Amino acid sequence: MQNDPLVIAGVEYSSRLLVGTGKYKDLEETREAIEASGAEIVTVAIRRTNIGQNPGEPNLLEVISPEKYTILPNTAGCYTADDAVRTCCLARELLDGHDLVKLEVLGDEKTLYPDVTATLEAAELLVKDGFKVMVYTSDDPILAKRLEELGCVAVMPLAAPIGSGLGICNPYNIRLILENAKVPILVDAGVGTASDASIAMELGCEGVLMNTAIAAAQKPVLMASAMKKAIEAGREAYLAGRMPRKLYASASSPIDGTFFK
Amino acid sequence: MEIIVNGEARQVPDEYTAEQLLESLGLGGRRVAMELNQEILPRSNYPRCFSPGDRIEVVQAIGGG
Repeated sequence: MQNDPLVIAGVEYSSRLLVGTGKYKDLEETREAIEASGAEIVTVAIRRTNIGQNPGEPNLLEVISPEKYTILPNTAGCYTADDAVRTCCLARELLDGHDLVKLEVLGDEKTLYPDVTATLEAAELLVKDGFKVMVYTSDDPILAKRLEELGCVAVMPLAAPIGSGLGICNPYNIRLILENAKVPILVDAGVGTASDASIAMELGCEGVLMNTAIAAAQKPVLMASAMKKAIEAGREAYLAGRMPRKLYASASSPIDGTFFK
Repeated sequence: MEIIVNGEARQVPDEYTAEQLLESLGLGGRRVAMELNQEILPRSNYPRCFSPGDRIEVVQAIGGG
């Protein structure tokens, strides 16, 4: 597809697949999978440097270079708005003022569901501080709207719990969110395999962000390639407009002109 | 004097700077960001000296989703 860019905060991207860098065997596998995915926006986490441990080891950003990729630092592991804001400030410093961030404020370790009130609080603070916020949230249409109104540049409802691979659990809610949205809606979390990604795109999502579905596949690099195709196929199917569902058959070959009775 | 680096107490000489700390951590010239007492420590301030009891965080990007 030509001329169908994903536009986030005024920047155009040709890939609608956003990928994480967690859970890979090593940095080489990370690099290969991300290359195969065709993703241009790549998420990273911000953590303490390991004091005195393997100081010679390459840094993730030496492999996934900010010159080649749009780095999207996340606030994974944050359970309060303050921690999320601190993490974003450190990320902005780390990336020389780059201010696109993925906000997630978690509420519970077992489900990794977002704490939506803390998410709203953090989103407001970050937007005021000039950050361009892509926000992970639940699949609640009202909340998605509130986050958009606060000035988030993209709203990213979960399809299922993070890392669960359960697929699009509530396509109706995703549709409701899409109906009212004025900013890009991306499914973030829950995708398990290529068809899940296609379903998200067929619903009309602007993109999909995933990590575990690729990293935890038996062959991550091959799954990354599958996801790239699934996202493209789903997008094209969405733009093409699917046929209506019908209860009864409708012959594909004409009835007229048959030479038998 | 004692400073706290990434949650661990550390004995360092007086007039110790962020530049010296990064060198001693093997992180000189590496892409990291620093926080001093919960405020961002911009790179331009790395030559400034720490004070006793300062709490410093040194972070980097790692794999995550």
